[in-house]
Amino acid sequence: MSALMLSETVTPKRQPLMRATGVSKSYGETIGCLDVSFTLNPGEVIGIVGESGSGKSTLLNVLSAQLSPDIGTVEYDLRHKGMSDIFRLSEPDRRRLMRTDWGIVHQNPRDGLRMDVSAGGNVGERLMAIGARHYGEIRAEGLDWLAKVELNASRVDDKPRTFSGGMQQRLQIARNLVTRPRLIFMDEPTGGLDVSVQARLLDLLRGLVRELGIAAIVVTHDLAVVRLLADRLMVMRHGRVVEEGLTDQVLDDPHHPYTQLLVSSVLQV
Amino acid sequence: MNAAAEKASWDEAYNFAYLDEQTKRMIRRALLKAVAIPGYQVPFGGREMPLAYGWGTGGMQVTASVIGPSDTLKVIDQGADDTTNAVSIRRFFKRVAGIATTEATEEASVIQTRHRIPEKPLKEGQVLVYQVPQPEPLRKLEPRETETRKMHGYAEYGLMHVRLYEDISRFGHIATTYSYPVMVNGRYVMSPSPIPKFDNPKMENNQAIQLFGAGREKRIYAIPPYTSVKSLDFEDHPFEVQRWPQACALCGARDSYLDEVVLDDKGGRMFVCSDTHFCADRQEKGHRGPMAADPAAGAFARSSDTSARKEGER
Ligand SMILES: Nc1ncnc2c1ncn2[C@@H]1O[C@H](COP(=O)(O)OP(=O)(O)OP(=O)(O)O)[C@@H](O)[C@H]1O
Ligand SMILES: [Mg+2]
Ligand SMILES: [Zn+2]
Repeated sequence: MSALMLSETVTPKRQPLMRATGVSKSYGETIGCLDVSFTLNPGEVIGIVGESGSGKSTLLNVLSAQLSPDIGTVEYDLRHKGMSDIFRLSEPDRRRLMRTDWGIVHQNPRDGLRMDVSAGGNVGERLMAIGARHYGEIRAEGLDWLAKVELNASRVDDKPRTFSGGMQQRLQIARNLVTRPRLIFMDEPTGGLDVSVQARLLDLLRGLVRELGIAAIVVTHDLAVVRLLADRLMVMRHGRVVEEGLTDQVLDDPHHPYTQLLVSSVLQV
Repeated sequence: MNAAAEKASWDEAYNFAYLDEQTKRMIRRALLKAVAIPGYQVPFGGREMPLAYGWGTGGMQVTASVIGPSDTLKVIDQGADDTTNAVSIRRFFKRVAGIATTEATEEASVIQTRHRIPEKPLKEGQVLVYQVPQPEPLRKLEPRETETRKMHGYAEYGLMHVRLYEDISRFGHIATTYSYPVMVNGRYVMSPSPIPKFDNPKMENNQAIQLFGAGREKRIYAIPPYTSVKSLDFEDHPFEVQRWPQACALCGARDSYLDEVVLDDKGGRMFVCSDTHFCADRQEKGHRGPMAADPAAGAFARSSDTSARKEGER
């Protein structure tokens, strides 16, 4: 079975890929995120910025079905069903969605990679999960994706633990993109990497996302990352989205005082 | 069981077959569920048996729960009836259940095994009880029990093929030779316990009931008679069993699982059936292997020491 089969569906008219409505999530007394609503269009990249503890990861985890909201809904344009509340899907359906039509790139590669499995096996896992049973084809596809994320083919049988941080992130990306998802979630994809490594990874990400037309939701506290990657921006503070708009507009002409502070780099570390 | 109750032929210091009736009932319930859902691991509240783990306490609890006074028990370990392990399990059940024992596969109604399936095809009415050290085939790649449970529940078995993929990428072929994973009844992926993959095809459509007991992990699973059991593989790396270029040195069998045996310290060696009863039976019927007349091989065949050598090899 080829992963290509998954990408053949073309959205007939421009309708949202994902829609969040009034999403809130608390941890006991602590607010995670509060009353967040937005829509994401196919192929669009949204950046979520805000200081530490503002609720970025909480929101991303709810949107990616890793965490249930207390109230609010998250709908996604399922291939054969149209807009559906992802939390009303059966668990196996949701898990299938997560490993085929979605990708999740974790901040810590340890959470997103199998450290005891070779790079090729890591990339091939999703293919095997959807029924690929031809070793040669799985391996060829793995090598293809290693090349796409600029990893040397000679490392295909090496374990990710022998990779640098930047290489591990690129492997995570390959592992997620191999099934041609329509939406990819990324939490601080460049966190903890050297500046030069960050820049290369961002270039690569931008290229892939544009080339494949994948929509993405990217959490970061680094405005340079969203500047480069995101079409639109949501600024979070104390769990709420305080400002949103086209990235350049928000960054060049921030309206909310908190965004102004953020942009003036006072809050940037 | 009532006939035997009149005159107990076992050591009456124990309940019949050692376990108390309540524990047996609990294990039987788990067994019924296991037979009803082929390949599915049923948790059970196991008891301690008077043997250390690794001696097959899971298998022993299953045997103790299914055996009756009129049963005949065979116990094999690596195909042999005479290893320390096999002998002491057989002796244990003789003592606590007073049952008949045998080394002949066809005479046994219950066969407890570690690491082999007898070469002689089993028949309807026979029960094969496997001792299982690790019941979870996904464990090596997924340590979280909550996650493996979901994978079985939703039949998410991609990871199992990742394991085989890793084998091929490292060795050029699927190097897994024992505990080779199987798909049971088209639904559950199952570990067949550490039998050689040579034995995997015997599980499919077997006439006997196959019961698996894991003592430490407290899991029971089963393959009912005439069930489909497929070894996992890739289209371009199909499942294959081990083959040997030579026949059994003693009985000449070409279709049995062979062990390599060292004969002397001068490099003398031979390949013989791992199923000792199968081999002896064939020799009795006049089959001869290339070394049957060799004095060293003859000495080996007569010695009851085969088990010790095999144990040493592992
Ligand atoms: N598992 C949890 N249990 C309790 N409180 C939590 C948990 N996860 C997050 N929080 C709290 O929820 C709030 C939002 O946290 P969140 O991790 O979403 O912020 P963030 O914007 O991703 O921060 P950072 O930039 O540091 O990653 C914080 O006050 C945090 O302490
Ligand atoms: Mg965070
Ligand atoms: Zn033989």
